[in-house]
Amino acid sequence: MTETNGSIIEGRTGPWEIVLGLEVHAQVVSNAKLFSGAATEFGAEPNTQVSLVDAAMPGMLPVINDVCVEQAVKTGLGLKAQINKRSVFDRKNYFYADLPAGYQISQYLQPIVGEGTIILDLPDGRTREVGITRLHLEQDAGKSLHDQHPTKTYVDLNRCGVALMEIVSEPDMRSAEEAAAYLRKLRSILRYLGTCDGNMEQGSLRCDVNVSVRRPGEPYGTRCEIKNVNSIRFVSQAIEYEARRQVELLEEGGTVVQETRLFDSGRGVTRSMRSKEHAHDYRYFPDPDLLPLEFDDAYIERIRATMPELPDAKKARFIADYGLSAYDAGVLVAEQETAAYYEALVEGEGGKTRDPKMAANWVIGELFGALNRAGRTIQDSPVSSAELGGLLDLIADDTISGRIAKDVFADMVETGKPAGEIVEAKGLRQVTDSGAIDSMIDEVLSRNADKVAEYKAGKDKLFGFFVGQVMKATGGKANPKLLNERLREKLQ
Amino acid sequence: MSLDKATVAHIATLARIKIPDSDLEHLAGELSQILGWIEQLGEVDTTGVEPMTGVVQMDLPRRADVVTDGNIRDKVLANAPEPAHGFFTVPKVVE
Amino acid sequence: MAALTDLTMAAALDALSKGEFSARELTEAHIAAVEAARPLNAFITETPDRALAMAEASDTRRRNGEASPMEGLPIAIKDLFCTEGVLTTAGSHILDGFTPPYESTVTTNLWRAGAVMLGKVNMDEFAMGSSNMTSYYGKVENPWRRKGNNRPLVPGGSSGGSATAVAARVALGATGTDTGGSIRQPAAFCGIVGLKPTYGRCSRWGIVAFASSLDQAGPMTRTVRDAAIMLGAMAGHDPKDSTSVNRPVPDYKAALTGDIRGLKVGIPTEYRVDGMPAEIERLWAQGIEWLKAAGAEPVEISLPHTKYALPTYYIIAPAEASSNLARYDGVRFGLREPGDSLDAMYEATRAAGFGTEVKRRVLIGTYVLSAGYYDAYYLKAQRLRSLIARDFTQAFEDVDVILTPSTPNTAFAAGEKMDDPVAMYLNDVFTVPVNLAGLPGISVPAGLSEDGLPLGLQLIGRAFDEETVLKVGEVLETAANFTARPGHQSA
Repeated sequence: MTETNGSIIEGRTGPWEIVLGLEVHAQVVSNAKLFSGAATEFGAEPNTQVSLVDAAMPGMLPVINDVCVEQAVKTGLGLKAQINKRSVFDRKNYFYADLPAGYQISQYLQPIVGEGTIILDLPDGRTREVGITRLHLEQDAGKSLHDQHPTKTYVDLNRCGVALMEIVSEPDMRSAEEAAAYLRKLRSILRYLGTCDGNMEQGSLRCDVNVSVRRPGEPYGTRCEIKNVNSIRFVSQAIEYEARRQVELLEEGGTVVQETRLFDSGRGVTRSMRSKEHAHDYRYFPDPDLLPLEFDDAYIERIRATMPELPDAKKARFIADYGLSAYDAGVLVAEQETAAYYEALVEGEGGKTRDPKMAANWVIGELFGALNRAGRTIQDSPVSSAELGGLLDLIADDTISGRIAKDVFADMVETGKPAGEIVEAKGLRQVTDSGAIDSMIDEVLSRNADKVAEYKAGKDKLFGFFVGQVMKATGGKANPKLLNERLREKLQ
Repeated sequence: MSLDKATVAHIATLARIKIPDSDLEHLAGELSQILGWIEQLGEVDTTGVEPMTGVVQMDLPRRADVVTDGNIRDKVLANAPEPAHGFFTVPKVVE
Repeated sequence: MAALTDLTMAAALDALSKGEFSARELTEAHIAAVEAARPLNAFITETPDRALAMAEASDTRRRNGEASPMEGLPIAIKDLFCTEGVLTTAGSHILDGFTPPYESTVTTNLWRAGAVMLGKVNMDEFAMGSSNMTSYYGKVENPWRRKGNNRPLVPGGSSGGSATAVAARVALGATGTDTGGSIRQPAAFCGIVGLKPTYGRCSRWGIVAFASSLDQAGPMTRTVRDAAIMLGAMAGHDPKDSTSVNRPVPDYKAALTGDIRGLKVGIPTEYRVDGMPAEIERLWAQGIEWLKAAGAEPVEISLPHTKYALPTYYIIAPAEASSNLARYDGVRFGLREPGDSLDAMYEATRAAGFGTEVKRRVLIGTYVLSAGYYDAYYLKAQRLRSLIARDFTQAFEDVDVILTPSTPNTAFAAGEKMDDPVAMYLNDVFTVPVNLAGLPGISVPAGLSEDGLPLGLQLIGRAFDEETVLKVGEVLETAANFTARPGHQSA
């Protein structure tokens, strides 16, 4: 058996390094398909979102969708990539039931976007740069349903012709964790840009993983391509399995065969796809129904002007302006909606600002926890940023303590009522009257004279005990800072 | 370039055209003859000459991102050999 | 007055506008001619009912003062154009029963111009051929015979049914398509006018594709003026075709001034090919004299890469065809042969559905695009194409139009050239370079061979200069005064 330890697999015969490259197919957000006027919506009745062009009827011709081009350029800019002002659409020729024309219109030698980079935010707060090889536009295929009939495969062409961006990375990743971070970051950028909704369950984002192993420092080994792994968790599982399979094979004196493999999520294994073993020869050539796609710098600049602040820039700003840790900033910017919620919370209303660190802790801790439990997203959070802000204001002005605030928050999630109302209704306003606190301290100390003696003899730990007793007596409402001050004085 | 039977069989598979074994020999001869004739292009030095895909000198026209088509399933399936329940059908594919 | 079927389009329009006869009468005469000409096998599908309905609608429009440029003219449509609700076969078994739920842009334009559809005419399968003998629907006979010999001759191809229908006085005109000469060569063989417009002038939307970078639709008529009328109706920008050029369609008739004084006519040295019959050489020389007499100036020019045009074409066209024809797979339309797996179904369907020549070209095309051969064949051919196009560009710096023979031979008998595919390909030696360069070209009947068969001369123009091609074509036509009639004609 072999052990995986980060990027290194300790085999029986020594260490192995995993080398990973990802090919992601991201469905472009557009109303109509790449080369036809049929709709792209998910989940329609079979073959209702199909034009005669999509069905490759004789004599039908493609005309490119302007917005799909813009989306590809925008994504290229988001990946800090080379935008190619001249690109070419090629035909990739192969026969399959859900490929009506017998070719897919794609881009082969001259893609619309060239080399770029993406910065991974790793769980320990480290970052790592991964190269993007290229991004090109292509058509999606239709869908084959193999389980509807004992002897027939059914074909639905609704997806056929929907625009995809194929985004290819360099083989720069060295662990399943990095691959997962890559996918998360790529999805985050795509969603910020609004160029892909990133939904892996519906197949808007699909991932093929190229896996190979090598001895550290040696040239790349033979790779296997694992097709269509449809969740980030499965990507990790598939990589772990496939890397171990290759190491074991090599250590037994075998060789890795370059092939396409399928991840079986039920069994957690990869297996050879024999149906794809057919000698493929795609016979790419420029599509004579189209002309080269050309645009000028002004076109690129017009698109650049519409770009939102992207996660990396936002993260840097959160660190600089709000003094957040890299980890907290990374978590908050991963989704644009989270970042927007957080910023609204910090910036408050009418020029009022709130403590950014406290706000971050509340969003990442309490709010995320509540959303998780409720299975909701931040867009339909039961507590709005203004409402959560109201709660933080009550902490800030000493109306309630942080601990009480957590109970109030739970109540807000439950009832949807504003924080102030809950505090008033339940009488949770903290005791800030030093006279009242003094008298409660006196009472506690007099009841526990023996402990006071022990404390004074040097048992410092008992301070916490006295705090707890006073808190208990006030129903948790004593202002903790004041309580500490008074208690320390009285025990002197 | 002279094509052998195996090569003809391979390209026939790529093109998904069933060719009976008995025809391969003849076809290999015919295709070799055509390719032999084509190879006179080798006489021309084309170093530095740009390949030409098409003759039209203009920008690729682009359409607006508007749904203008679809919802014509009857038309799409009208000529299909064996449609079923709104789908095209083919012999079962085992993946 | 001449028989209704012997009229030119121009004369028929004139008579219709004067009320000498109705579109219905004109159409009835042509329907009768279609029936009488059945032995020629020009039609795959006759549509007499539709023709009559269209003619009646045309008469109504004319009565309402809404006559369009081709109002009431009965024409034939090459079976490569998709016609809504009418069987469209491309001359192939694989499109068995295919009835398009859509209408090609070019035919839509023609119907909008008032034309009347007589039916769909025969052609080489998928437009691949120069004899109309590769059609699944049988060969078409040329209405012409050699003097003193009744052996049937081919009409040329691939638009053989179109050429026969027009020459035999069965239709006033017909649509053709031209990928390597498929309008001009059959026009020459049948003694009619055939015009291949500039690539991008007529929309390709709804025309079954053969080789997308070369295919272009055009008119086949009995006179140059008719070609001008019909091109005006067919041409125009189509946003559904990304290669359709957005520029105004001129009034081509207005270009027919007869005045070619001072025009420079290029005579390409390289078109004097080995083995070309002396009578074709003589006709060409005669053509030069006619144009000179009309005030034009012949200029010797060189198109140095001419001899490489055919082999270049026989890489590019099959390569594109191999991909364009992949959609004929038995899944969504046409023929399906059973198979116990998807691939077995594909292979059986395509083996049964495609004829010999189509298979040959699909295999050649597949081969020249395949891994390891792409650079040597396809890329090489694309570079040659650049050189061939450049030859023309340079020539047109010095001349306004180029004059050549249309074909290196006259119509031949079925079976005369069938054993050697390369010999058959040589039919297109004078027409193919024009497609590679995307230029307009016209074949005008200019004389008869010694054995009594039509001979054509070709004029090649600058891109989108159909006007000059038509103008010079009409001068040639007038000088040649081609009045011979084929043996078989409906009149």
